Amino acid sequence: MDGLMVPMEHVLVVAGLLFTCGLFGLMLRRNIIFMLMSLEVMLNSAALAFVTAGAHWAQADGQVMFMLILTVAAAEVAVGLGLVLQIQRRFKTLDMDRANRLRG
Amino acid sequence: MIVVLFYIAAVIALAATVAALTRTNATHALIYLIVSLLAVAVMFFLMGAPFAAALEVVIYAGAIMVLFVFVIMMLNLGAAGEARERQWLAGRSWFVPGSMAALLLLEMLLVLGDAHGVTSGTAVSPKVVGMTLFGPYLLAVEIASMLLLSGLVGAYHLGRRFIVRRGDH
Repeated sequence: MDGLMVPMEHVLVVAGLLFTCGLFGLMLRRNIIFMLMSLEVMLNSAALAFVTAGAHWAQADGQVMFMLILTVAAAEVAVGLGLVLQIQRRFKTLDMDRANRLRG
Repeated sequence: MIVVLFYIAAVIALAATVAALTRTNATHALIYLIVSLLAVAVMFFLMGAPFAAALEVVIYAGAIMVLFVFVIMMLNLGAAGEARERQWLAGRSWFVPGSMAALLLLEMLLVLGDAHGVTSGTAVSPKVVGMTLFGPYLLAVEIASMLLLSGLVGAYHLGRRFIVRRGDH
């Protein structure tokens, strides 16, 4: 029944490490493009965990959830990059500490 | 052997992600991020999820990263940007990500040349994924389509104002 030759815990550890990298990137970087990239890394690691679970139990649900995560990532990046353009035009910088007020 | 290939792909994914998030140059970071996504795609393939691997390459490494590239290229227009782009083409900067990507390609060729194929005894085929997606998950598909539509409207709204204002001066 076990569909994986690699132990599932190892893959989940890799997904957790990727998520941690993304989280630290999100907290430590102040450039908004790098913050968006960190969000992508975090979503990607969640997708990796879902696909791992789907492969472990040989069910298609993991890949279905992967596709839904893909949709969320695409929509988030489209809106986020539109915001990047607006912020660059309005504040002339990509530093998020300069743009920390809701009414610029 | 396939287990070893899997761990190599995992190490490449982690190393490329750390390298991507510690760069100062956004374009170099993007290249490392693309390598990381390709490594995760190889991991998907080795776990017996070929459809997810294809989607990862086509949509994540293809479409979403191209959006990032577009925005980065839009943000540094002018002569200074051109000089910087010429500097980016200097060989040193893409040697490491290039060799990482070549290693991943080598892994894929090894796996595809192997008669047994993927690592998992029970690969989940795209047909089963599609039947699950449009069977019990039909409502989720509809919600995802509405999410994409709202993302499209939001991105158009934000980007349109940018383009109109830029055209003025």
